[in-house]
Amino acid sequence: MSRENYEVIIGLEVHSELSTKTKIFCSCPTTFGAAPNTQTCPICMAMPGTLPVLNEKVVEYAVKAGLATNCEISRNSKNDRKNYFYPDLPKAYQISQYDQPLCEHGYVEIDTKEGKKKIGLTRIHIEEDAGKLNHDEFAGGSLVDLNRAGVPLIEIVSEPDLRNSEEVEAYLRKLKSILEYIEVSDCKMQEGSFRADVNVSVRKKGDTKLGTRTEMKNMNSFRSITRAIEYEVDRQIDVIEEGGKVEQETLRWDDVSGKTFSMRDKEDAQDYRYFPDPDLVAIKLSEEYIQNIKESLPELPESRKERYLQEYELSEKDANIITASKYLSDLFEGAIQVCNNPKAVNNWIISDISRILNETEMEPIEIPFDSKQLGKLVILIDKGTISSSIGKKVLEELFENPRDPEEIIKEKGWIQISDEGAIKEVVLKVLEANPQSIADYKAGKDKALGFLVGQAMKETKGKANPKMLNQMFLEELKK
Amino acid sequence: MEITELTVHELQEKLKSKELTVKDITKAYTDRIQEKERDVQAFVTVLTDEATKKAEEMQEKIDRGEIKGDFAGIPIGIKDNICTKGVKTTCSSKMLENFVSPYDATVMEKINNENMIQLGKLNMDEFAMGGSTEYSYFQPTKNPWNLNKVPGGSSGGSAAAVASNMVPWALGSDTGGSIREPASFCGVVGLKPTYGLVSRYGLVAFASSLDQIGPITKDVRDAAMLLNIIAGHDKKDTTSIDMEKKDYTACLKGDVKGLKIGVPKEFYAEGINEEVKETLYEAIDRYKTLGAEIEEFSLDIAKYSLASYYIIACAEASSNLGRFDGIRYTYRTGEFKNLKELYKKSRSEGFGPEVKRRIILGTYVLSSGYYDAYYKKAQQVRTLVMNEFNKAFEKYDMILIPTSPTVAFDIGSKSNNPLEMYLADICTVSVNIAGLPGISIPCGVDKEGMPIGMQLIGNKFCEETILNAAYTFEQDLKFREKYQPEFKK
Repeated sequence: MSRENYEVIIGLEVHSELSTKTKIFCSCPTTFGAAPNTQTCPICMAMPGTLPVLNEKVVEYAVKAGLATNCEISRNSKNDRKNYFYPDLPKAYQISQYDQPLCEHGYVEIDTKEGKKKIGLTRIHIEEDAGKLNHDEFAGGSLVDLNRAGVPLIEIVSEPDLRNSEEVEAYLRKLKSILEYIEVSDCKMQEGSFRADVNVSVRKKGDTKLGTRTEMKNMNSFRSITRAIEYEVDRQIDVIEEGGKVEQETLRWDDVSGKTFSMRDKEDAQDYRYFPDPDLVAIKLSEEYIQNIKESLPELPESRKERYLQEYELSEKDANIITASKYLSDLFEGAIQVCNNPKAVNNWIISDISRILNETEMEPIEIPFDSKQLGKLVILIDKGTISSSIGKKVLEELFENPRDPEEIIKEKGWIQISDEGAIKEVVLKVLEANPQSIADYKAGKDKALGFLVGQAMKETKGKANPKMLNQMFLEELKK
Repeated sequence: MEITELTVHELQEKLKSKELTVKDITKAYTDRIQEKERDVQAFVTVLTDEATKKAEEMQEKIDRGEIKGDFAGIPIGIKDNICTKGVKTTCSSKMLENFVSPYDATVMEKINNENMIQLGKLNMDEFAMGGSTEYSYFQPTKNPWNLNKVPGGSSGGSAAAVASNMVPWALGSDTGGSIREPASFCGVVGLKPTYGLVSRYGLVAFASSLDQIGPITKDVRDAAMLLNIIAGHDKKDTTSIDMEKKDYTACLKGDVKGLKIGVPKEFYAEGINEEVKETLYEAIDRYKTLGAEIEEFSLDIAKYSLASYYIIACAEASSNLGRFDGIRYTYRTGEFKNLKELYKKSRSEGFGPEVKRRIILGTYVLSSGYYDAYYKKAQQVRTLVMNEFNKAFEKYDMILIPTSPTVAFDIGSKSNNPLEMYLADICTVSVNIAGLPGISIPCGVDKEGMPIGMQLIGNKFCEETILNAAYTFEQDLKFREKYQPEFKK
């Protein structure tokens, strides 16, 4: 039997770090990348006698996420302890939520080849992140960094509604964009602030019973997730086709070899001994509290997209790309405020900015310049101060060392030459140096004009006003 | 009268009248520790040098008028599971033998704000698990009334230090009777406050839903004064209750006329020592004479408290003690081949047998497949116990029972029989299960001269009722004038 005879079932557990200023149970900062163990205190280091105090912002952010994904919000919720030993978990238990998550029964809608599809969300719950182990290159062994211990997370558990890697990617991108829009998470995948555990199983088409699933933990790039799913689906089908049985296990995806590997032996099956954390009081949410959060929710991507189609007459495809990221979308709207040229801004974002993001594997949130600077760039081109080819150089400069575009072009001497005398000088110089082109043009070869303009641009390092050049060459050639 | 025989409120008067100085008091105590500690072994860490230095500084500041306050220069002893910045907090365990806390417990901040002087850290059963202080990794503490007997536990060091006048008062902690039982065995006063009245921040957790810090003192007035200092809401402990601050000495009226006292017959039945029973009946008569109304009733559910207690306490402990893993501040085994062995050996070598027993019990009852049968059921029983007490407090202001079924027992007589040791908690655990306040005060001695304690249990946050009742009884009986520890060998 071939792959077509199998149905793939995928469910995801997404962990997203909340962008609160302080940790979930103490007042340490959550900033990424600080020197090891500098963002710690007796509480997140689990010193004897310390107690957790729940950061109310964490509850607020999680409720926001729940409301933005059509979840029911629990009026009564609590924190539970998940007990296991690992050096990055200083208390030897993670404070999480077991049987009363804050949010349940939601969904997000994705676009698939077959049209729109609702992906169910089983639950969203709050929990704390663990620390990090770093291998000690000098002395051997491992060093524990607890800066991340206690950083707040939401875990978003999907129903097993996903059927292939494209749907998974669409779902993850949608989720990420929602979390960005409601400003509860940075979703920086490279920093691990948006990562997914992927559960995959296969079954023969027509079967009603789910197949045995395997889990790949902590995946943090779309590419790896897609590759890992493709690999794992093939592997599972091969196992079944060869008459074997898929083992329920946790796998590690190795990006280099492009394979999955078994992580834990089965005899180590974990019993987390969940029980309500007696150090924390129950979480009770009033109707008023939930209503207030509901009213404070910002415009979500779907609605922005509609607006872009109507107001700015963007194509569906472009509107999708821009609204997928809140940062791109904010950049778009901000730049329009400055230059009032939606079409131009749209083009910059869809073509050059997207290209640079791709090439540098940068996420929109990491774009170093602001919407004002982009807007000014568009104005400079619209006014003819610079050509659009110089504009591309200015954009590159904005990525390198963002500052006022006007300053950039002054500094670099990129201001367009629109002085008639200066242009004429260049035109005459180029004509004198290229008699063959003149002859070609007069013989009816229009291409020669383009060559001459190009030469003049080269001479002026791209600064000459191309319209004026064109016009002047024509005038001179007619003579 | 010796300085060290005085209560804290008596010391305060003598300081006020300048009959004594802070230096005199500290000197008297450091001398007393010098004299008695060898026999009693109540301390894990003695801070006599530091105390002497601090007393001198304090005296100068008092003389210059820089510090005022009723408790400036009053010495105190602290149970060794309460975190003290810069001083070892061992929990009487090899696991934390060298642990120095980087922060002060909230109660210690309060004690330090009053400018009290720490005399040292007091011995206990390892991680507060036990009722005899024999399970200390360092040494067993002796009962000052008879050095062959246990002082009770787990706050045995605190009770013995107060009884032997090595500290004027002390802080203990009570999870299932750990303040009240040793207070009863050592003939002193021990108060377990309502759950949530005193911040647990900085108390090394044994069972989070049961633990409370409380005073162990020479008399009831001292207990009320120390409670005044340590009680109150703490933002760092969300289980502490935000309520108006009270002055617990204001309720000490010395009058119990019309007070309704319930006497649950289950605590005067089989299993309670006859002499203890008789002494308790005398106490009941004394209350009658003082004008209280006594009524017998049934608190049937209480018999399930003990089972419920050991499930809940062990379950929470098994999780709370996970952080002692050999990775950071704890004991770490010498050699290990991998992470699993590091954990296994560090914890096997660092914990004593009773602690291991409870971790195993707790791990078991939380395991998948057993949770509903044990932990969940125990929590349901807990609710029933609370309801039963609530019903009782509709009728009575206070409940009167023995603190312990027996007086202090011989060292070594129960330490190898955990079940018998657990049964000794029968009178104290339901108070923790229900989160109520309970106070133990001496009400007599047995034929051998060992003190017998009685326990007054109040409704939630009704410390004033039991403090006044205890005070009234104490004023009438005058136990301290009649009996003193003899350090029998």
